[in-house]
Amino acid sequence: MAQMTMIEAIKDGMRVELERDENVLLFGEDVGHVGGVFRATEGLQKQFGEDRVFDTPLAESGIGGLALGLGVQGFRPIAEIQFIGFIFEAMDSICAQASRMRYRSGGKYNSPITFRTPFGGGVHAPELHTDSLEGLMMQTPGIKVVIPSNPYDAKGLLISAIRDNDPVFFMEHLKLYRSFRDEVPEGEYTVPIGKANVVREGSDVTIITYGNMVHTSLKAAEELEKQGVQAEVIDLRTLMPLDIDTIVQSVKKTNRAIVVQEAQKTSGAAAEIMAQINEKAILHLEAPVIRVTAPDTVVAFGQIEKEWLPNEKKVIAGVKEVINF
Amino acid sequence: MDKASYEVRTNKVELLSILSLDGTVNKELMPNLSDDQLRELMRRMVFTRTWDQRAISLQRQGRLGFYAPVSGQEASMVGSEFALNKEDFVCPGYRDMPQIVWHGLPMYQAFLYSKGHQHGGEVPEDVNVLMPQIIIGAQIVQSAGVAMGLKKRGKKNVVITYTGDGGSSQGDFYEGMNFAGAFKLPVIFVVQNNGYAISTPSSKQTAAETIAQKGLAAGIKSVQVDGMDVLAMYKAVQDAAERGRNGEGATLIEAITYRFGPHSMSGDDPTKYRTKDEESEWALKDPIVRFRKYLETKNLWSEDDEKNTIEDAKQTVADQIKKAESTAKMTIPDLIDSMFETTPPHLEEQKKAYLEKEGN
Ligand SMILES: Cc1ncc(C[n+]2csc(CCOP(=O)(O)OP(=O)(O)O)c2C)c(N)n1
Repeated sequence: MAQMTMIEAIKDGMRVELERDENVLLFGEDVGHVGGVFRATEGLQKQFGEDRVFDTPLAESGIGGLALGLGVQGFRPIAEIQFIGFIFEAMDSICAQASRMRYRSGGKYNSPITFRTPFGGGVHAPELHTDSLEGLMMQTPGIKVVIPSNPYDAKGLLISAIRDNDPVFFMEHLKLYRSFRDEVPEGEYTVPIGKANVVREGSDVTIITYGNMVHTSLKAAEELEKQGVQAEVIDLRTLMPLDIDTIVQSVKKTNRAIVVQEAQKTSGAAAEIMAQINEKAILHLEAPVIRVTAPDTVVAFGQIEKEWLPNEKKVIAGVKEVINF
Repeated sequence: MDKASYEVRTNKVELLSILSLDGTVNKELMPNLSDDQLRELMRRMVFTRTWDQRAISLQRQGRLGFYAPVSGQEASMVGSEFALNKEDFVCPGYRDMPQIVWHGLPMYQAFLYSKGHQHGGEVPEDVNVLMPQIIIGAQIVQSAGVAMGLKKRGKKNVVITYTGDGGSSQGDFYEGMNFAGAFKLPVIFVVQNNGYAISTPSSKQTAAETIAQKGLAAGIKSVQVDGMDVLAMYKAVQDAAERGRNGEGATLIEAITYRFGPHSMSGDDPTKYRTKDEESEWALKDPIVRFRKYLETKNLWSEDDEKNTIEDAKQTVADQIKKAESTAKMTIPDLIDSMFETTPPHLEEQKKAYLEKEGN
């Protein structure tokens, strides 16, 4: 098996699918000749030609509409939005159009589109480059939301996304692109969308999280172990559909849970997860579920990004809070 | 009837150029500028070039955050801003820091903005600018709104907004121009066509022969200008501003220019998409070299002037970065308090949690 960074694994996933299915197309701003601002698509245009892998003019609304139209024609577009904050320009295409294509056409058309976009803080990117907008997407009926936390999952989930007949919003955390390598099989394999992964077993508390916060939570769990607390850590991998069964199973075992997300506190993924735990497992709880998040402000890029983002210490404090309730 | 008379067509345009490569000027088109103003234009261009070089090295040292180099575009940036009044309004894109600093934003605030400090965006009361826009195209629709506001208030002022060749592909670009046309708004849209949107060449950006002609569809006056010629840029904006002030509506100016450096300091490598030949060809059009030749023949610029300006720029940048670096760091509670006029209870609660942690 090869050792790959997350960005290499993502590129490999696209390469495998471009090779397997000629209906797969890849496009976006700067993805062609130079291979993307993060080199996620480097070499793919060379391998598959400009017909399959191409640069678009600088217009996200155009990219979204193009993807939808190509989907109607039976293609399977992978549309890159260069940075997350630019999805607002494409919001109509993604959230109002692609997400309801199947419904509107009585099933005649669908939107087998993968929207890929980098997001996530801690890398000192400018404003509107790092926001965690998964909450907005989760609230849009008809679109799946996937956030991998490691190279193996990234490739497997991306292949699943490309093969999915419904639109998938695939978010790639900037900090994870090159932070470590992982064993990644060559060739095809899939990681199913909608299935969470228990990445650490424990009996005292469940930490439910995704993206880069998986790594923060795992570090916190190691530290907690030294203090005699066994934390179970769940990497959701997919936020929509949410694998509530895995969450409930774990909560039944540990009777305590916290949700950790990089996004702002109010009305996001964490709020939804807490609501569902409440609906499905309240009698198993020894303490209210709490969330560890960023505050409800714009993203503090630059100077105080580090203080703004949730970190290990805040996760540990959160766990203590539910344990000492 | 001409067999194609039902076909909408435009004629070939020639770009406005006043200063030739060897430093002679077209007297017929020469704008009315005093010797002092000519010297000031040169001073600002040389200053901007030095500031750009210093900013690049500060960025490399980790003392600045996001930075988009401007060298090559001095004529377009400095010349266009110079044709405005202080009361006119500037709506910049992310590369257009020089225009808003020359329009009055203190340089140390530009540095703070780059570093992600919110004080960078506290635009002083008497400075009519927006902060650089990250979302490409957003400033273009906004400028129509600012212009409508000025018009409704009966002001004789114009709004200038900038984007690149890439930006001219955004829906917002067409919407902004269309609004300006429909409402006859005093906006000057400047597209600085430097040939590339990050790595994507203009030829892949649009099949239109010129970007300038995109304004025709919106019913606004549209011109193409040599963006490496500070006199042509000055004149084009001066004419556009006059039209705007007289109630004649908006103008689109396509400035043909070049950025000598990378797209930004965040990992862009121009050697991946540009050739050395192309770079040296554009170096011949360097706006500073050309204008210097002209001023020297008129005895308006000397080696000493150049040296002094560079020294002054270096010193100013050093002072201003020091001022930025000694500005108190922003805090999470400050950030929380800047979300609403009156901080609502849930944010007060979040603020309290931070204050308690900072206290211990
Ligand atoms: C809405 C939006 N999409 C994409 C980007 C990412 N991006 C930043 S600069 C740039 C290229 C801009 O090119 P151009 O408009 O020609 O301006 P230049 O930098 O060449 O002056 C891109 C794609 C962005 N900032 N905003």
